[in-house]
Amino acid sequence: MSLPVDTRTTIHPIPSGTRDVLPDEMRELRDITEAVRAVFELDAYGEVWTPALEYETVLGRGGGAPPAYRVFDDHGEVLALRTDMTVPIARLVSTRYPTAQPPLRFCYFAHAYRGVRPHRGQMREFLQAGIELIGAPAPQGTAEALTVLCHALDATGLRGYRIGLGDASLFRTLLRSLKVDDAIGDQLHRTLVQRDFVALEAELARLGLDDADAELLLRVPQIRGGPDVLSAAQGPVADAVAGLRRVYELLAPEVAERVIFDLGLARDLGYYTGAVFEVYDPALGAPLGGGGRYDELLGRFGRPLPAVGFALGIDRLHIALTGEELVT
Amino acid sequence: MSDLGLTIAVPRGALMNETLDRLDAIGLDTSEVRSNDRKLLFGDIGVVTMRPSDVPTYVEAGAADVGFTGKDVLTEQSERDVYELLDLGYGRCVMVLATVDGPDPSVEALRRLGVMRVATKYYKTAIAYFEQTGRQAEIVEVKGSVELAPLTGLVEAIVDLTATGTTLRENNLIIREEIYVSTARLIANPVSHKLKAAAIDTMLEKLRAL
Repeated sequence: MSLPVDTRTTIHPIPSGTRDVLPDEMRELRDITEAVRAVFELDAYGEVWTPALEYETVLGRGGGAPPAYRVFDDHGEVLALRTDMTVPIARLVSTRYPTAQPPLRFCYFAHAYRGVRPHRGQMREFLQAGIELIGAPAPQGTAEALTVLCHALDATGLRGYRIGLGDASLFRTLLRSLKVDDAIGDQLHRTLVQRDFVALEAELARLGLDDADAELLLRVPQIRGGPDVLSAAQGPVADAVAGLRRVYELLAPEVAERVIFDLGLARDLGYYTGAVFEVYDPALGAPLGGGGRYDELLGRFGRPLPAVGFALGIDRLHIALTGEELVT
Repeated sequence: MSDLGLTIAVPRGALMNETLDRLDAIGLDTSEVRSNDRKLLFGDIGVVTMRPSDVPTYVEAGAADVGFTGKDVLTEQSERDVYELLDLGYGRCVMVLATVDGPDPSVEALRRLGVMRVATKYYKTAIAYFEQTGRQAEIVEVKGSVELAPLTGLVEAIVDLTATGTTLRENNLIIREEIYVSTARLIANPVSHKLKAAAIDTMLEKLRAL
């Protein structure tokens, strides 16, 4: 079989990690984003756009994922493609709403850019849908974000999903209460973020900690399950999960039943401070999205306000929805 | 699907027999896997078999919930998003830097030419090792027997995995440096680790207790 045209003259490449979306797929993606947008609107989250390009120094102030694409502008300033929408919205809040009465509610449907190894559901340019709830402290703000998240996922028709809920400060709290040196604690935390429990065990053995303390530091990050894992927690762990328990108590039953606690959940973005969460679906081997509290990020832009938000990967959500269709 | 309700990736090759021994010991019947080396998928016990270096690929994508593979594979594929749960202890090998016996030709190459040439199947491991030790090296990736490369003058040294050192000795090569020790590891998909937590923890505890 021969092609109708000489492809040497008609095929032009696009950058690695990017892709075209054609009408059949676009209709399906649009169904998802419209369903999610309706939920965000109903819950009074106002949609915003921000520039895809920001000054690198502004993004750097936020401490998110490092930018992968940089260019010089005509004044020699370094611009970078945003790696998420949380940092640009933190900038927007302090710049455009310096005196507005909190809480402030924003949502977005926007592309972000990261220097990842492109694979299924993870391109270098990817569309995110998310919210930022600014000026609403834990636990109420966190409970509201989780509720909006579940309603948005329900609206897309996704059925099998669960929300993994953890606390970004839990492991550090534990390290502090066991009086582990800060530098060593940082090293242990990095190993945990890499999800290498073999290395964690080896590092703990090397530190010469109390057997019971080492056992606790190895075991706690592997604890996950229903609300019983919170009630089973004792001693320093019970203190560290107190915040999660308060959030859980505020959730409506249809949200609470989606939650699984994960005491080892450590997201790799630097700005998270408290509760963190990820969305899992049996139809995909990677999280569909996630979020958490970033109570110190707004302060870095001059308007200290507690905040919480999440982002859903629209491609991943689409893959999971397609996968769930095959199961039935 | 096994009693555990997990899909388990099992490596063919050097790690296979001991992996199947462990699975037998925790209550799976792997006799069919042992007797049939053409079949790849054993649905009754939830086992899929593949080359060791493919295990992280299947586990990362969630096509398998858990898998057995060597630390050498995980080190070479460090960008894979998988949980490393347990050091199983068997399949012990050492990643080494080796050259021909006698005066070290790689030292001489570094001294006079500024760069040593190194053949390996473990490209990323070699790049990282020479960067960490501050030496300039040209890495030559080969697919077949690495031992041939220094004997023919293609390179001055090799980075390779060795269990007993027999192949190195038979080719007049000696170990100059040990880079790391590799053993078999149990890995898990990040989503399965949450959604099938009870099954994975049960398997982990049984394997740990052996």
